Amino acid sequence: MFEDLLQFLGLSAFSLKGFGPLLLQGTWMTIKLSFMSLLVSVGLGLLGASAKLSPMRPLRLIAQAYTTLIRGVPDLVLMLLIFYSLQTWLTTLTDYLEWEYIEIDPFAAGVITLGFIYGAYFTETFRGAILAVPRGQVEAATAYGLKRMQRFRFVVFPQMMRFALPGIGNNWMVMLKATALVSIIGLADLVKAAQDAGKSSYQLFYFLMVAAFIYLLITSASNIALRWLERRYNVGTREAIR
Amino acid sequence: MIELLQQYWRDFLYTDGTHITGLAMTMWLLTASLAIGFVASIPLSIARVSPRFWIRWPVQFYTYLFRGTPLYIQLLICYTGIYSLAAVREQPLLDSFFRDAMNCTILAFALNTCAYTTEIFAGAIRSMNHGEVEAAKAYGLRGWKLYAYIIMPSALRRSLPYYSNEVILMLHSTTVAFTATVPDVLKVARDANSATFLTFQSFGIAALIYLCVTFALVGLFRLAERRWLAFLGPTH
Repeated sequence: MFEDLLQFLGLSAFSLKGFGPLLLQGTWMTIKLSFMSLLVSVGLGLLGASAKLSPMRPLRLIAQAYTTLIRGVPDLVLMLLIFYSLQTWLTTLTDYLEWEYIEIDPFAAGVITLGFIYGAYFTETFRGAILAVPRGQVEAATAYGLKRMQRFRFVVFPQMMRFALPGIGNNWMVMLKATALVSIIGLADLVKAAQDAGKSSYQLFYFLMVAAFIYLLITSASNIALRWLERRYNVGTREAIR
Repeated sequence: MIELLQQYWRDFLYTDGTHITGLAMTMWLLTASLAIGFVASIPLSIARVSPRFWIRWPVQFYTYLFRGTPLYIQLLICYTGIYSLAAVREQPLLDSFFRDAMNCTILAFALNTCAYTTEIFAGAIRSMNHGEVEAAKAYGLRGWKLYAYIIMPSALRRSLPYYSNEVILMLHSTTVAFTATVPDVLKVARDANSATFLTFQSFGIAALIYLCVTFALVGLFRLAERRWLAFLGPTH
């Protein structure tokens, strides 16, 4: 139908030549991968931030080493390092425990790798945001008899999100663009789909442009969503009128 | 591990015998793209904050495009995409430019970092203290003199912390160059990996090299900030 419409409009040069479903699958893969990695990295980031702010020295040291090492090394190098080593380590482990051979699914490995890398960036974001919540808030919550988890859930977290959102948005954008690299480790994402479509139709330039345009759509939509979220979490704070 | 180092240390650092490889290549990619990006971003950032819509808008569109898409896609378009067009291959000049992987890589990297740097500098120009500009105007500075003597020196200094961030990000982004067959540190690591099957060690060495460069750059920028941003610190 889409093709007919293009023909009707005289725009058949913009036809996807039957590669539409492939590109759609790739786009879905990219979005799925980004969201799953976001979940993993936010979880790791919250853990890392609480470790960094914990009174126990060994925990702080581990978290410090994690963020420094991961943020100092390019994501692609880490991706190749973790992705290829993960399988080797798992095989060694299963051999040692005399279990059956387990093959890691590339998607899961991609999610774990990206989540582990961006967890370090989220750790720093959340650490700064938690520190920005006034100390008196936690003290007041303690005085009301709230337990540790309750203090975090009802008092610290909602206020922290306001400070964390710009950082989260930034990390999300960087991560979304980093998922373009997973095609290098063999996942069938949007870049891979565009390359395959381009190579088999001899229109590589056109399909790469289409992929770039889809990325642009996703980042633009994210921008709008983030602006909406920021407004929501900023409810109740005063802003200078400009 | 020791054998790997013995066999590949030269490749990792500067040469494989005939070509520049490894760290030297990574640093060359980084400095070339940063230099081009820096020079181009100064006029672009001034245009970006222009009150005239027709000057501001094209620059804004350019940064939107290049900051909204992954660098890997941009590199693929520059390296494989453009050269797949028959019109480009027929032009002798364009043909010889885009046939070379190095040219395409530096072009893509420079365009990418220029977009980010333009936004950084534009932000710094926008946050310029209006009193300073008014004082300069009262002294009779107009047009490019106002920019050359008052606005840009201040804006460039104040954007130093953000610029250092961009430099580190760019160093990390140079790793995609190996997909265009440029022999940087990661390419050497991949070759070492496929020759020896010492996966963790090969990529581990690459990671260590990048880590050292990152720390060196962070240290250098801290020195630069102490020198050029001293006026923003507490007075003693």
